[in-house]
Amino acid sequence: MSRLAVPKTYKLYIGGAFPRSESGRTYEVRSATGAFLANAAKGSRKDARDAVVAARSAVGGWAGATAYNRGQVLYRIAELLEGRRAQFVAEIEEAEGVTRAAASAQVDEAIDRWVWYAGWADKFAQVAGNANPVAGPYFNISVPEPTGVVAIVAPQDSSLLGFVSAVAPALVAGNSVVVIASERFPLSAISLAEVLATSDVPKGVVNVLTGSPAEIAPWLASHADVNALDLVGAGDLDWIDLEFAAADTLKRVLRPEQGPDAAAPALGRIAAFTETKTVWHTKSMK
Amino acid sequence: MTGTSLITARERALAVLGGEPDDATLRRYLHGIPGVDAVGLEQRAAGLGTRSIKTTSKQWALDRIIELIDLTTLEGADTPGKVRSLVAKAITPDPADPTTPRVAAVCVYGDMVPYAVDALGAAHGDPDDGLISVAAVATAFPSGRASLEIKLADTAEAVAAGADEIDMVIDRGAFLSGRYGLVFDQIAAVKEACRRPDGTSASLKVILETGELVTYDNVRRASWLSILAGGDFIKTSTGKVPSAATLPVTLLMLEVVRDWHLATGQRIGVKPAGGIRTSKDAIKYLVTVAETVGEDWLQPHLFRFGASSLLNDVLLQRQKLSTSHYSGPDYVTID
Repeated sequence: MSRLAVPKTYKLYIGGAFPRSESGRTYEVRSATGAFLANAAKGSRKDARDAVVAARSAVGGWAGATAYNRGQVLYRIAELLEGRRAQFVAEIEEAEGVTRAAASAQVDEAIDRWVWYAGWADKFAQVAGNANPVAGPYFNISVPEPTGVVAIVAPQDSSLLGFVSAVAPALVAGNSVVVIASERFPLSAISLAEVLATSDVPKGVVNVLTGSPAEIAPWLASHADVNALDLVGAGDLDWIDLEFAAADTLKRVLRPEQGPDAAAPALGRIAAFTETKTVWHTKSMK
Repeated sequence: MTGTSLITARERALAVLGGEPDDATLRRYLHGIPGVDAVGLEQRAAGLGTRSIKTTSKQWALDRIIELIDLTTLEGADTPGKVRSLVAKAITPDPADPTTPRVAAVCVYGDMVPYAVDALGAAHGDPDDGLISVAAVATAFPSGRASLEIKLADTAEAVAAGADEIDMVIDRGAFLSGRYGLVFDQIAAVKEACRRPDGTSASLKVILETGELVTYDNVRRASWLSILAGGDFIKTSTGKVPSAATLPVTLLMLEVVRDWHLATGQRIGVKPAGGIRTSKDAIKYLVTVAETVGEDWLQPHLFRFGASSLLNDVLLQRQKLSTSHYSGPDYVTID
């Protein structure tokens, strides 16, 4: 007896829940050969607004967690990704039309990158911070602190690796993120959101929107409660205008990158979304 | 409210009740009121919550919400400084936009009234004139567990300090055990304590604390009882118990106010308080008022929101409308 197919519904990931788009819209995701894969939610500006609210309320807890704890939580995501690698490999193979070996290599690279960034969580402050020299009986210490809510346009030409490469560094320092997934390859991003939902990442720390970056990104760029904007995957958009909009509320902006090396792992991607806090402290008197 | 209307209120109550307002008469009357169809009420309230209010209507609604807010701080940790900053916010809700209207009143504990009056200065007055009233909670707020003498002294002190409105709590214990006469007498006595030496009187809001009344039938009875006893406003909650203002409860109270107006011609105010935090929710209340008692009621002497964080959300929505991008909590004051 043949079984009835049970296709998966891919929804948004906002505040730890998987809602449909507030607008009720969906769009068809097709494979490289044009075959129908799934209906993905087509997020609207109001979904983006809700995601920012969720992200803002999560900043305190995530930024307040110890760096050691953040590292553990991020590492556990890599563990869970490892357990679901078959699903990701199959998804990437179908969506991007690549060989199983290539899909497998992409998943490996994504997991490795995640582990690499997780390791930095309790170490980057030692590199990005400093004990400054002063001419007096004081300590003068600079430490990097998270910027806050980071909006990300994920790389558009990759299912999983681009998404991970953009999201992980922003999380390391304690930011919460609102990320617009690749419009053509959104399914792995939502599957990754399912991993996040069952990991120890507090709800609201990562929020995933699917849909048209051209439609959603301007609302995030101009949103006064977003502190930084990573345009790594916005090369095909009118990103100069997004930079203008971001400047109105003094956001930190990372510009688009193209090609296979886009969002390559770097300490700079972690430090880009931090603010330097410098404090004076008296030395004890002898 | 004048002294004469106080007498009329009592006479009116006697006429409606057909006897002295003792336990027996009040029970006969209040229990004679038809019960509430809870499912129908909640469905109606949910229906009123689905109206789509956009663009210019939304703009109008947001401004009107601000004009109807009792900006409230009722914390044990309140200080004169906190009250002064609350008043500053009441006078100029959004310093970046001078077209923002003022709120109707500030609502504080009785001992904070002098500081509120002082901080308001020339801005103290009737919301109808674009000024801001001072409301004080009294009668052993929020529990109401004190002797009548203390409740009356509490009220008189706030009125003497310059409060324009008194938010009293009813004795829920007495109400729930059926001692309606006691509740009636206390409201009437507090109403009397609201009188000033010059014969005018502070407006009296009666807090039912619907979260403790358990059933919709009790809310309807308490509303009738409060109006009969001379309350100028009926208010849902203190904001100190988990279940505060809800749309069905407010709808129910508005229906009582509508029925009372039909029966006597007198217009009573309604104040939902506690738990209304977003513009979206507040707009649902405006719709409910307009469609239950009429748009006449959308004025500070007949409808108020008791709220503290609502104002910030409304300001963020106003900023969104004027700048066409989303604003954030960094652009309004911290409560």
